[in-house]
Amino acid sequence: MAANNLKHALFCAVVTLVIAYPILGLNLEAQGINVTLEGADASTVISVLAAAVVVFLFQLFRDNILSVLKSVPSPLPKSQKEPMAENKRARIESWVLTGIVILALFWPFFVSRGAVDLATLVLIYIMLALGLNVVVGLAGLLDLGYVAFYAVGAYTFALLSQYAGVSFWVALPIGACLAALFGFTLGFPVLRLRGDYLAIVTLGFGEIIRILLNNWTSLTGGPNGVGGIPDPTLFGMEFGRRVKEEGNVSFHETFGIAYSGEHKVIFLYLIALVLAVFTALVIRRFMRMPVGRSWEALREDEIAARSLGMSRTAVKLSAFTIGAFFAGFAGTVFASKQGFISPESFVFLESAIILAIVVLGGMGSQIGVVLAAIAVTILPELAREFSEYRMLIFGAAMVLMMIWRPQGLMPVRRIHIELSKQE
Amino acid sequence: MLEVQNLSMRFGGLLAVDQVSLDVNEREIVSIIGPNGAGKTTVFNCMSGFYKPTGGKILFQGQEVQGKPDYKISRLGMVRTFQHVRLFNNMTVVENLLVAQHRHLNTNLLAGLLKTPDYRERERKSLDRAAYWLNRVGLMDMANREAGNLAYGQQRRLEIARCMVTEPKLLMLDEPAAGLNPAETKDLNQLIVSLKEDYCVSVVLIEHDMSLVMDISDRINVINQGRPLASGTPEEIRQNDDVIKAYLGEA
Repeated sequence: MAANNLKHALFCAVVTLVIAYPILGLNLEAQGINVTLEGADASTVISVLAAAVVVFLFQLFRDNILSVLKSVPSPLPKSQKEPMAENKRARIESWVLTGIVILALFWPFFVSRGAVDLATLVLIYIMLALGLNVVVGLAGLLDLGYVAFYAVGAYTFALLSQYAGVSFWVALPIGACLAALFGFTLGFPVLRLRGDYLAIVTLGFGEIIRILLNNWTSLTGGPNGVGGIPDPTLFGMEFGRRVKEEGNVSFHETFGIAYSGEHKVIFLYLIALVLAVFTALVIRRFMRMPVGRSWEALREDEIAARSLGMSRTAVKLSAFTIGAFFAGFAGTVFASKQGFISPESFVFLESAIILAIVVLGGMGSQIGVVLAAIAVTILPELAREFSEYRMLIFGAAMVLMMIWRPQGLMPVRRIHIELSKQE
Repeated sequence: MLEVQNLSMRFGGLLAVDQVSLDVNEREIVSIIGPNGAGKTTVFNCMSGFYKPTGGKILFQGQEVQGKPDYKISRLGMVRTFQHVRLFNNMTVVENLLVAQHRHLNTNLLAGLLKTPDYRERERKSLDRAAYWLNRVGLMDMANREAGNLAYGQQRRLEIARCMVTEPKLLMLDEPAAGLNPAETKDLNQLIVSLKEDYCVSVVLIEHDMSLVMDISDRINVINQGRPLASGTPEEIRQNDDVIKAYLGEA
């Protein structure tokens, strides 16, 4: 046992050294036109060695340490109470959620502009994650190119406004429907694939869209992107200092208040909030409808579902299309918020982050996905000071999550349909 | 109502089913028996559209169905169960029955989102139908449990109920008594007979439990090594020399 531990501990220490020394200890310095490799200074070497020693000691005495940790009583003794009745819990849950939404409505008036801006971004990610949750969490189709539909939504609005002067409110449904159409057309040939194969094809599709946007310079402006995307208006009232379009009036003049740049930010936030709530409610409703049940049935046992007369293509296609629809929604809001979009906003990393949100939140669970979206968007902002290590922290958080809560932050609790007793 | 003519199924060099013919009339229970590996389940898979037969015809109510996709065959009214129970384990018992009725409930998405009266009405009806069948198979008390937590015998009955809510005309049961104790087998026996008597459903049955087969079958088809060996009433089969040889081996 002890010898085994020693061997393992030595191995871990060596791995630590091998990984840490080249990363932290070696520097490339530019000297004129040459690049020279410089060794680390003493303090770095010492800390790397110290880290190796810590790893060694921990692995050597791992059993003892863990047993000590286990003997510490848990701060939250598992209560012996019965879990709350399902319907009671659901009622409390809906009250709490309504409360949170109402709070969220008034919250932006008391905080800084930066916070509201960040919150808008969070809401956009919530919309995206809720949409992807339908595809991945409910229907069980691994989609790695989800960002393509987001891009379609954003570019639809950007191009329509540039070439046809279409406003936000008109572009919103068009963008969503066009994204849904893309989802539908992609889904047709692709959905006979399963698992890994589907993931690869969707990944390819995401890249195709991005590269197309990058290279179709005459239409999309290529890597230069599309700028000057108008802000949304409130019943024809603009939020800028001066009215840009003929016939419109400005918000601050109509209400006789002083102009403030914050109005626009808050208004965008409120739009995003309303759309996110709308997305959540619609998808929640879908989950209780026959279509939602068939997504789950097909995910759980495809053969049984087919033997009951379910058309695999139709069911999967509906999930794919609906997921894409909400991505288009989010894309339109995003374009309006940024005022400028370029293909760089729609790289594969975005797809990966949205997927990470869904997995972290707990596949299929709406509340979990919302929580995860908040965490994943805000954490990197908080960790801005250690910007070099942001991805490292992000990765570490993911690994820890998968170890401790592989089922996600809030694992899905299915909304069961209860059959009331009948005589 | 069902006529299988010279059905053949070849997997590469293996002829799993060779020239099997079978017919089922209205309100009739027909069994397919045979030693293990005889090709019974393959015949089922061809009939239910999971395999595309390489030869022969399958006529269901005068319509050729061989090679049609499985879900279309199921919509025509030929529904099957599986040798190993295939329920949606994470769903409750009621939900399993609701999933099966998605066809009766298939209104457009908008009607469901807005909860139109028509939609509510359909939903209520499908719940009623589910409740009816739960009562029928004696699972009413389990209605809100997760299907995966049921005992094996209950899962078997739920699977049959799930087929019945789709209102089939022909029910294909693949070894429904496998893993059941004698008491449960007896219940199953009564259930299958009542499906035929009370709900006018024809049943095709694959089964190894001879007492069940002999009890309830109107006719029996014996398959051995993919080829039809004999067919006839239980009495005829019982006395058929070839069948006895196939089952007991030649002396």
